Amino acid sequence: MNQPTGTRSTVTLDPRQAEPAPDPLTLPRLLPGDADPGLEAHFARLGPMPGGSPWVIDEVDAAGLRGRGGGGFPTAAKMRAVAGARQCVVVANGTEGEPTSSKDKALLAGSPHLVLDGISIAAETVGASEAILCVDRAASAAIRAVEAAVAERRQVFADRVPVRIETTPSRYVAGEESALVHFLNGGDARPVFVPPRPFERGVRRRPTLVNNVETFAHLALIARFGADWFRSLGTDADPGTALVTVSGAVARPGVYEVPMGIALGEVLRVAGGHGNAQAVLAGGYAGRWIPGAAVAALPLDPTSLKRVGATFGCGAVAVLGAESCGLAETARVAWWMSGESAGQCGPCVHGLPAIAGALDALVAGDRGRKAERQVRRWLEMVEGRGACHHPDGVAGFVRSALDVFAAEIEHHRRHGPCRPSAGVLPTGRSAGGWR
Amino acid sequence: MAVTRRRLVVDPIACDGHGICAELLPEVIRRDDWGYPIIDPEPVAFGLEGLAKRAVAACPKLALALRDAPVTHGRGGSSSPRPPARPAARTATAGRAGKARRLS
Ligand SMILES: Cc1cc2nc3c(=O)[nH]c(=O)nc-3n(C[C@H](O)[C@H](O)[C@H](O)COP(=O)(O)O)c2cc1C
Ligand code: SF4
Ligand code: SF4
Repeated sequence: MNQPTGTRSTVTLDPRQAEPAPDPLTLPRLLPGDADPGLEAHFARLGPMPGGSPWVIDEVDAAGLRGRGGGGFPTAAKMRAVAGARQCVVVANGTEGEPTSSKDKALLAGSPHLVLDGISIAAETVGASEAILCVDRAASAAIRAVEAAVAERRQVFADRVPVRIETTPSRYVAGEESALVHFLNGGDARPVFVPPRPFERGVRRRPTLVNNVETFAHLALIARFGADWFRSLGTDADPGTALVTVSGAVARPGVYEVPMGIALGEVLRVAGGHGNAQAVLAGGYAGRWIPGAAVAALPLDPTSLKRVGATFGCGAVAVLGAESCGLAETARVAWWMSGESAGQCGPCVHGLPAIAGALDALVAGDRGRKAERQVRRWLEMVEGRGACHHPDGVAGFVRSALDVFAAEIEHHRRHGPCRPSAGVLPTGRSAGGWR
Repeated sequence: MAVTRRRLVVDPIACDGHGICAELLPEVIRRDDWGYPIIDPEPVAFGLEGLAKRAVAACPKLALALRDAPVTHGRGGSSSPRPPARPAARTATAGRAGKARRLS
């Protein structure tokens, strides 16, 4: 595989299809690579930014665009819910607290103007009076890129609704939309009990559209090239392309843009996997483990993953090599996730550490089957019982580990811990403040 | 109909888990391993509505409420204003692979 110098590389998935020129109608759509990221070059490459109009919502609807922040909700329905409301607000969620995902940071750093186009078009379309782009305080390269881009746009009055940048606390749940809105209203970046939901009453009590930054980037392209163009890649159920972050036991970890529905095995091959993945964690720490034997032909898209009990989430794919212990990795991540609780809801505050502790017992081989029954009971006990979906994400993740690593659990029960955890899954920063 | 459409819901942030509600209404509310209330998701039975109202009034944290709508829990914390409109399920074929880009 080609591995050009520098930090960026283009990888051709199909060697017969070497593309000569950057054509907006083929991949990559979102990341221009080494092209000039400036505003003039951006408009020269993609054409001028179209204005907002009701047509945009219909086109986004026809394109079948779904949110890329993890929930996968149809974007047009969310836009319609706030459209026309007096002085509504548009918020772009670029906080990306998930440690196995870096696609939003890569997108903001590499294509700031595409994201800003999308925010601008959406704001004009729904008649917003305010537009805010939220970026994790620690994401310095992304912040630098969007600040420069916003300054450039102000000079030429590119946006009817100028975009304001807000930097957010580096906490996992700070990216949950009610937490984000609460933070923008001057509070902690911790979730609040809903309803009212942000689209009903959000920033400054106004109807607020919250979308992931990648969602806005797709919107900017749909507004230019239309729904049919968007659907020319991907599947019927999940049209378009997606940014996926591949990490773990691969030679070339990084952010890739792929058509929805591409075989997961193909993605791993391109990223330099050795074809001997023990398991793959799809969707980050609110996602699911998938056994290595199942990955080769599994199409990478929300519909196909759901069919096998997995989730697409934010498109993160973490590969567990043969030498690592999936059980120990899961226990370590469960502890980290329990530390990332906003500490507000009893079942989350007490349940997540209990679950992580019981996983430790499974790793140590103590209490064997009893510990597993205990974890499963607690998983059920925390699900759906927080103000936000944080406990649900942990529960799904841990349950998938119990299923996929059943043989390891048995091995640990008989022989004790197998090997020290290699620590492949990143657990990011230590817990910081909420403001 | 002998059944109202209202359900009990708890605000888990406000709730302190002392369990007064579960004592008043054990038919609908049990407690988890840490003392926090687990509420039957079904609409409150007609005969229990009075007790449910009493539990709501008795909660020292104002964490309990009777609500008309079901407690919805979509994935990912999306601000789902409506249930997703499922696109017609035609054969899911991967599009032309083209190129994949890698950053960093
Ligand atoms: C615990 C938790 C953390 C979340 N973190 C993020 C995040 O970092 N970035 C993001 O875009 N969405 C995140 N979400 C989802 C948001 O609540 C929201 O659904 C999303 O930003 C909507 O955008 P979309 O419709 O474009 O996907 C999180 C949800 C939960 C429950
Ligand atoms: S469920 Fe957990 S993370 Fe979510 S608001 Fe409650 S305590 Fe915070
Ligand atoms: S009475 Fe109120 S605060 Fe006490 S456990 Fe019940 S809901 Fe929670």
